[in-house]
Amino acid sequence: MITGSAETVFIVWAYAGVGLVTLALIGAVWLAARRVRRRLAALEAQGIRRRSAA
Amino acid sequence: MTIDSAAPKPNWFSRLAHPGNFMGWSRPVLWPLGIATALLFGLGLWFALFNSPADYQMGETVRIMYVHVPNAWLSQFVYGAMFVAALGTLVWRHPLADVAQKAAAPLGATFTALALFSGALWGRPTWGTFWEWDGRMTSTLVLLFIYLGIIALWRAFDDPLRAGRIVAVVTLVGALDIPVIKLSVDWWNTLHQPESILTASGPKMPGSILTPLFVMMAAFTLLFLLLQLVSMRTEILKRRAETLSRQAAARPA
Repeated sequence: MITGSAETVFIVWAYAGVGLVTLALIGAVWLAARRVRRRLAALEAQGIRRRSAA
Repeated sequence: MTIDSAAPKPNWFSRLAHPGNFMGWSRPVLWPLGIATALLFGLGLWFALFNSPADYQMGETVRIMYVHVPNAWLSQFVYGAMFVAALGTLVWRHPLADVAQKAAAPLGATFTALALFSGALWGRPTWGTFWEWDGRMTSTLVLLFIYLGIIALWRAFDDPLRAGRIVAVVTLVGALDIPVIKLSVDWWNTLHQPESILTASGPKMPGSILTPLFVMMAAFTLLFLLLQLVSMRTEILKRRAETLSRQAAARPA
């Protein structure tokens, strides 16, 4: 278990930085997926479908 | 004998990787993969922060290793996956290969940046400096620039097939950096410690440190697989949407 030491600040920054960037990456991937699903749904709502799906 | 029966049958891998089949099998995999990733992260962080000893030399800062090494491992593993995908594009012209390459590049760039960031934070208390232009760190920085170049190249072309072929060539050439990263600690005198996991005599760490390290490496690797699958699905849907947009534009008013 972590004990208080002069190096604790580096450990906290490392975990906080990696955690934040990893969460941002997950968020970016999820947002991109949602955006393209909405775009596809909007196109299909206009009656535009793939020929193979017609 | 008909032409159809004489034609070579696609193997299981080709069938699995067909874009239509891929969309079918990948969807039900996402949730279990996400749950397994979250559980492994929970277990790994508990080990890393609360249930592992301090190192006899580095003290508590050894805990930074549990986020640094998985990101450093993924920075090279993701590039290895892109290398195979580049071969798939150029040699086998596999329909999913360039999709896999395009999806992996931003993930690999992020893991490489995180490896450099956590390495700098580990270096300051152990070596007395955030950065040193030594072989391991410089070659890893070069890898980050290769990833960024590949991402920029993808955005420079409208035609994904043409972009895929050019990116594949650049990816194969850029792969020369991977053995340099791996062997840099043997070739040059560096501040970075030598190999301590994959050595001929086995890992040079005790089990109490190896266990959290392997759990965190597994967690980050599953996270990459999850994000890779989601990004590949997004890229396939994006190309489908672009085809539909072109179809819509060509329709008579």
